Amino acid sequence: MSWWETLRTGWDAIRSHRLRSTLTTLGILIGIAAVVLTVGLGEGAQQKVSSQISALGSNLLLISPGSSTTSGGVRGGLGSSSTLTVQDATALSSKVNAPDIAAVAPATQRSESLTAASSNWTTTVVGTTPDWLSVRARSLSEGRFLSQADDDTAAAVTVLGPTTASELFGFQDPVGQNVVISNTPYTVIGVLKSAGSSSTSNLDDQAIVPLTTATDRIFGGSTRDSVQSIYVQAASAGALSAAYQEADAALLMRHHASAVSADFSITAQQSLLNTATSVSRTLTILLASIAALSLLVGGIGVMNIMLVSVTERTREIGLRKALGARPAMIRRQFLLEASLLGVAGGLLGAVLGVLGAEVLPPFINDPIAISPTAIVVAIVVAVAIGVVFGTYPATRAARLAPIDALRSE
Amino acid sequence: MTMAAVIELAGITKVYRSGSLEVAALRGIDITIGEGEYVAIMGPSGSGKSTLMHIIGCLDVPSSGCYQLAGEDVSALSETELAEIRNRRIGFVFQQFNLLPSLPAWRNVELPLSYGGIPRDERRRRALAALDRVGLGDRVEHRPGELSGGQQQRVAVARALVGDPALILADEPTGNLDSTATADVLSLLDELHAQGRTIVLITHEAEVAERAGRVVLVRDGQVHTTGAVLR
Repeated sequence: MSWWETLRTGWDAIRSHRLRSTLTTLGILIGIAAVVLTVGLGEGAQQKVSSQISALGSNLLLISPGSSTTSGGVRGGLGSSSTLTVQDATALSSKVNAPDIAAVAPATQRSESLTAASSNWTTTVVGTTPDWLSVRARSLSEGRFLSQADDDTAAAVTVLGPTTASELFGFQDPVGQNVVISNTPYTVIGVLKSAGSSSTSNLDDQAIVPLTTATDRIFGGSTRDSVQSIYVQAASAGALSAAYQEADAALLMRHHASAVSADFSITAQQSLLNTATSVSRTLTILLASIAALSLLVGGIGVMNIMLVSVTERTREIGLRKALGARPAMIRRQFLLEASLLGVAGGLLGAVLGVLGAEVLPPFINDPIAISPTAIVVAIVVAVAIGVVFGTYPATRAARLAPIDALRSE
Repeated sequence: MTMAAVIELAGITKVYRSGSLEVAALRGIDITIGEGEYVAIMGPSGSGKSTLMHIIGCLDVPSSGCYQLAGEDVSALSETELAEIRNRRIGFVFQQFNLLPSLPAWRNVELPLSYGGIPRDERRRRALAALDRVGLGDRVEHRPGELSGGQQQRVAVARALVGDPALILADEPTGNLDSTATADVLSLLDELHAQGRTIVLITHEAEVAERAGRVVLVRDGQVHTTGAVLR
């Protein structure tokens, strides 16, 4: 008997017990769909986290000041002291001291009220240097970014985030218009392209001014040289830890501090990314194993129904054997039937998974990323389940003695 | 007799074990059936005639003794080898017809050929010819449920002869049929015999056995009498 005919015979047998076959397939279907969806959910969460983090800038190190202690002994949190200075940033950008650092952008920021002709808006004003754009991996939708000349002359210019721009100017073109910050008019020279909002800060709602402008004209005060953070971009992903050590060593030396008494801290985006990824991976594995359990249950369902089928068709098996079917052919017949149930469950489960990935995200507010690999693996697993759980019933069918099989009623 | 023997049973015994109890179903059977013979095996229930039929049909193996089917010793073959022997050498007709209800008549008839690895086109051609032979040329697409008992048994006969076996083994072929259908099937067997086929018929009805050229009476696991039927 050819494979094709065996397949046809199997299909006929499955079709003649529609309800039973459907329910059995459903067991596999649900298991596969659950695995595809949970793995997709995990994948989606990882992609979301990594895109959020890389939106902050790639190969990025963030240097924050340490904690401050007042004369009364009250210790502030990290970043509360003002130990980082523009000079620190300049030192880090030296190619001699820190060859693995590609770019440095010191930044200081404060919430300020901005006024345009007819509207006002309170947002974060960030004072920084021209390198900020590349370090934070941003780009402009129109106009230009700060130039070195702007910084050198403490020019009254600003680059707006897209949200800020639309809040202040609506549908008008903001470039060339004026906004007033702290009673001084600033010329809008550019608008940032949207980067999406992260959970911690809205990257699209800010006004960028030259660092010198910010310290001299807006924020003022006694600590003109101090900055709130220094963004450091490593030359490449591989140079990240070298850049980390160079920055650490250079700052310790400049601050006359040791590793224990360091008055700053350095965090890498990569370490955030790794933590977030490993957390979501653990969760995915946990969920997928629960889903895999349902696959196991589905497989037992297949075995159960195949055993029933063998018992029911004992007479047919006996007849086929009397007519010359070898045991191997009978085994193949039942194995194929079980795998057909597996294939059907796998395919339908994958379809359901893909549909779920299309339909569900708006409701659960999380992306679901279905990879072709996951689908192929799911279908292969479903077929394997059919084969594995079909083996015992098929072997039982093959071992039936033809006379016993013919006698049964 | 000068003709070649299709069946040669010598000292066949069959012992069933159930627990510590041993039941001897056959206690040394010697039968020779020649080519073209029409033999009826008779006997009361419990006589061992079913066991004998199973052994002749290669559905079971004897505990001891030698069985040559068409010149081939089949007493100690494996299940796979027996399957091939059944496929090539024996055509079965059962009391219960044993047709597969989901398949049309011609696909039931071609089953033995499909297990024998015959190509599709030839199978269909031979299945149709066999159905024509039993007078069901116009019922090839009917499923067993759409045929009368007599017609179903004729489909079964077509299935038995489609592989051109050395032996047609009919186990109570008329047990489930009314008198008209019985006459129908028996005359079909007569025709096949007249064409030179070897037929072994197991029955407990004397009028059915009368059709055969020779009757073997089995009692208590032994051949009681064997002789030509008096007409």
